[in-house]
Amino acid sequence: MNRDIFVLVEHLQGRVAEICYVMLAAARVLAQGTGGKVVALLLGHQAQGLAADLAADQVWYIEHPLLADFTSDAYQQVLAELLPSKAPRAVLLGDTSIGAEVAGVLSARLGWPLVSYCRNVRASNGTLEFVCQICGGRIMAEGELPGPSTLVTMIPGGYKPEQGRTAQAPEVIQLEAPDLESLRVVVKQYLEPAAGDVDITKEPVLISVGRGIQQQDNLSLVEELAAAMGSVVSASRPVVDQGWLPSTRLVGKSGKRVKPKIYLALGISGAPEHVEAITDSELIIAVNTDPAAPIFNVAQYGAQIDILELLPVLTEQARQARAG
Amino acid sequence: MNTVVVARLVPDLVEELNIDSSGKALDMAWVRLILNEFDDHAIEQAILLKERSGGQVTVMVADVDGADDVLYAAAAKGADQLIKLTGDWEAGSNNHALARVFAAHIRQLQPDLVLTGVQAHNDLDGALGPLLAHYLGMPYVGYVAGVQPSNGKVIVRKEYPGGLIAEMEVALPATLGIQAADQPPRYVAFSRIRQAMKTASLVEQPVAGLDPGGGPTVNRMFQPEVGQRATMLTGTSQEVAAKLIEIFRERGVL
Repeated sequence: MNRDIFVLVEHLQGRVAEICYVMLAAARVLAQGTGGKVVALLLGHQAQGLAADLAADQVWYIEHPLLADFTSDAYQQVLAELLPSKAPRAVLLGDTSIGAEVAGVLSARLGWPLVSYCRNVRASNGTLEFVCQICGGRIMAEGELPGPSTLVTMIPGGYKPEQGRTAQAPEVIQLEAPDLESLRVVVKQYLEPAAGDVDITKEPVLISVGRGIQQQDNLSLVEELAAAMGSVVSASRPVVDQGWLPSTRLVGKSGKRVKPKIYLALGISGAPEHVEAITDSELIIAVNTDPAAPIFNVAQYGAQIDILELLPVLTEQARQARAG
Repeated sequence: MNTVVVARLVPDLVEELNIDSSGKALDMAWVRLILNEFDDHAIEQAILLKERSGGQVTVMVADVDGADDVLYAAAAKGADQLIKLTGDWEAGSNNHALARVFAAHIRQLQPDLVLTGVQAHNDLDGALGPLLAHYLGMPYVGYVAGVQPSNGKVIVRKEYPGGLIAEMEVALPATLGIQAADQPPRYVAFSRIRQAMKTASLVEQPVAGLDPGGGPTVNRMFQPEVGQRATMLTGTSQEVAAKLIEIFRERGVL
């Protein structure tokens, strides 16, 4: 009992989320410590095909028409029914718009402890440990995974997704879904991101701006630099939440993943939600007045200088460079 | 639509963070607490709902440094009722403990909606919203960026990665984790906050015993070791700009 490590498979519109493969890699570390199996839990409707590349010992597939779309209401009903009798040592879920909401409800409902923002796990001498990244990436917290069963929500960064993928399809076992009645949350429709604006995922250079821009009026300084460079402006969450730029320009967990040749991060602190979406960039350059900003840990070049001071000067030099 | 907003104060990440002598927690003596930015959006969303379709807005916070400022600022924006839960918050608490005590107080108000920020940067035992939802017996939807009342229910816009949005219909009463309000949080002048301090009534409600069960125990807290560190470009802004231009040229983008 209490040796297996479960992973909740996250999928949306027929695609498995990358965090799922990261979790499968972490689950393998834990399962090697406990001597148990890695079991992927796949909930869906006509979604069995998604199991094919999951690096798990088994995939338990739960099929129900009401699982066609994710709702925390349906997922937690299925899992609350399933988990207690199976008594896994840990259940890994994404610290995402899917996993985080199921995990919280399950923790309260089952009375199982919950550890969130987990980046790495360890198994040593019979104990399992978590390493979490909190306070926007500035602080790490570690401890033992409480027993006998724990829920863990994971952030990316600790494991490569390739470690959780396999070319050899795992064994799939179909389990019966419980009755899913009186769901209180219903998906009405999906709205695709607005088209027509520039596609920041295809731009070779992104001039990206964060909270350090301070106020909307200052955005013109960034637009001028982008114009001088022949590139476009993207942003981190606070700028978009203020309504200063449209959500099509958002780089981050709930925005776009980008991979430009150069990602110039201006006044962006580098919270994990942002960093996870820029790691495929060829070169990251960060400008921030705060020397402790986590963005400097992922950037190849950095400058500790006020962006409002730098912007007009850099724009002028970029114009001259282009003219010359 | 009667709405309760649960707001939290969290360490300001602009300030330097230090670990205390136990090595297991932040040194709170040097921490400045500010309103969790997602909770700011939750307050705004509640005020917008009230302006559009009536009802009452109640804002609840734990009695920590800065709690009064958060409540009076909310009153200046249009919140009707301010509640501060007093108790032994100094000893530290987690979201499981918060959810249990807040749920007990929220239940008495019988709201249609409970809003809170979708997350806080120091959540170690999961987000507050889903825990509250369970203790209140309500459905939960998180990562919400937009709420509209509709025939005794609400239609919410839930954000997924890549800019995809799911429109979901949620039965009331419900708890929602707010990522962003329909509109950015409004600015409120200090004179109006001062006015609210004179006129708004702030109710204190004591809480007994905080039960942190359900959260992990931290054995060590530390600042991340830096594996790779950026090569820093130094000098005046002219000099830094010149070095950046050189890098852009090397990379063939200028």
